[in-house]
Amino acid sequence: MRGDGLGGWRALRGTVCGLVTIYLLAPLIIVVIISFSAASFLQFPPPGLSLRWYTNLFNDPAWTDAIKVSIEILIPSAALATVLGTAAAHALVRGRIPGASIIGAALMLPIVVPAIITAAALFGIYRGLGLNGTLTGLIIGHVVLTTPYVVATVSSALRTLDPRLEAAAAILGAPPLTAFRRITAPLLMPAILSGLLFAAVASFDELIVSLFVSSARVRPVAVQMWSNVRGDVDPTIAAIASLCFAFALAALILESLLRRRTGAGPT
Amino acid sequence: MTMAGGNRTQPVLELSAVRKTYGGFVAVESVDLTLGSEEFLTFLGPSGSGKTTMLMMVAGLQQPDAGSIRLGGQPVERLPPYRRDIGMVFQHYALFPHMSVRRNVAFPLEMRRIPRAEIGRQVADALQLVGLAEFGDRLPRQLSGGQQQRVALARAMVYRPALLLMDEPLGALDKKLREQMQREIKRVQRERRISVLYVTHDQEEALTMSDRIAVFNRGRIEQIGTPEELYERPATRFVADFLGETNFVPARVLRCEGRRCQVDIAGSSFEASSPRPVAEGAAVVVAVRPERLRLSPASKPGGLTGVLTEIVYLGNARRAVVRLPDGRDCFSLHHAKEAEAIASAPGETVDLSWEAGHATVFPDTP
Repeated sequence: MRGDGLGGWRALRGTVCGLVTIYLLAPLIIVVIISFSAASFLQFPPPGLSLRWYTNLFNDPAWTDAIKVSIEILIPSAALATVLGTAAAHALVRGRIPGASIIGAALMLPIVVPAIITAAALFGIYRGLGLNGTLTGLIIGHVVLTTPYVVATVSSALRTLDPRLEAAAAILGAPPLTAFRRITAPLLMPAILSGLLFAAVASFDELIVSLFVSSARVRPVAVQMWSNVRGDVDPTIAAIASLCFAFALAALILESLLRRRTGAGPT
Repeated sequence: MTMAGGNRTQPVLELSAVRKTYGGFVAVESVDLTLGSEEFLTFLGPSGSGKTTMLMMVAGLQQPDAGSIRLGGQPVERLPPYRRDIGMVFQHYALFPHMSVRRNVAFPLEMRRIPRAEIGRQVADALQLVGLAEFGDRLPRQLSGGQQQRVALARAMVYRPALLLMDEPLGALDKKLREQMQREIKRVQRERRISVLYVTHDQEEALTMSDRIAVFNRGRIEQIGTPEELYERPATRFVADFLGETNFVPARVLRCEGRRCQVDIAGSSFEASSPRPVAEGAAVVVAVRPERLRLSPASKPGGLTGVLTEIVYLGNARRAVVRLPDGRDCFSLHHAKEAEAIASAPGETVDLSWEAGHATVFPDTP
């Protein structure tokens, strides 16, 4: 009797989990399958398989330029966000700053406030500075949007790092910067790298600020996809979507590997 | 002390009127202290008595609100920890988990820009000293608690600091290992001739290791002296109570001349000594250590008597529990050799006595 009841619950749990998984993954899988379609329009199931849309993607200057722009934004903005976010996290967690919790909350605002507000604000400011439609403008916008990810991951790692390690380094003769470079930074490295990966993925996916700030000449992948789906759609969009997906998946796997490595570490 | 003595008489550490508050809470009220060269001084006290806060201020990890801290004659209140040149061993070791034992010990030498070959030699020396010569390539997490503590010790003294601070360094170890490490720390201290400031709440540890003990209570030093002075001649009731076990028997002062007092306990007169003059007729307590208390079968009337209620077997000793007429329990401690001589059995009435020098009078306020 008792075993039957549990078995029933297990079956229900299995079914629910299965359905949720299908619900979450089905669109992704369909897009990936369509990207290998031989047909000239979005059709599922595809009548045949080919790589023509990937070939098309890498031969169309509109897409290759967009990918180039995205990478030109992603690398400096993720790097800047990582440096600024790590410094901010260290100051907020370790420094004795009055109002640290308010400053911390303000730093998280860009991922709490609707992106359109940040986008409109940046657009307004950039108009005065002549930064609209420039790579610099896009990079600054992406730094604003992705720094919170770094602040969040690094400050939570820093809270679990024994402050006595830094105290010990100081007593042993290490000035603050040396102590950070030799002790704190290496121990935080997994969190810093995972913040960097989140920032990179967030930058690559970012649409709204990019829509406001980009121009026809400086146009990242997300904006190119947006304008593409509004015009005549062919499976090229599925190919670039699959590449975005692959990029995010790779970042996630790398991040979980890093997390496992720190998990094995002592306290 | 003469000024001509130079370095030999220069105290390693001088604290005067050091004070520290957190908001409204006074952690350290006013501490004065001088630590001599090669001296092993222990801060002993209950938790929250200010001993660790005082240590942190010496280390430079906390800033005093008032008072002065001098290291080797130089004021250091404004000096950051990395410029004070002191060593410190933390309770939970604080070894750098991403560095090997060798690199942990080399760290302070690298900070001092000592040539590489010299670092290698000194690190090997320090690891040899703590018996871990073979363990240089291990990571801290691959060592036991006792071994990690030895690494912390090696790292804290490899650069020969003038002063070594230890904050409850053996708190996380079990009893056997703790005793072994106590001897080890003393040996290293003697061999390297360093001054040590040691913080503990374990009075046995303080008694066995220290040249002098400073007993902390509520942000002040209650008494400072050699272990023997503190144990045999406690200056306050708190010290008598905190350091070792003590029987407190209520009494009334009959006469008092200097240290020598005549007190009345339950109608009988006893001799005792008082660290401070007390007024005739004052209500006091008389403190007697259990091992100084003698029991004998009640024979003549008068004297302090009680009922022997229990004899507890302690292996190397016996502990007798005697209930006094006022319902209070007194404990006496007898070495196994003399314990067989206790002629009385539980339930019988016994006389309690002691030598005058072993009874101390304190005012009757805790």
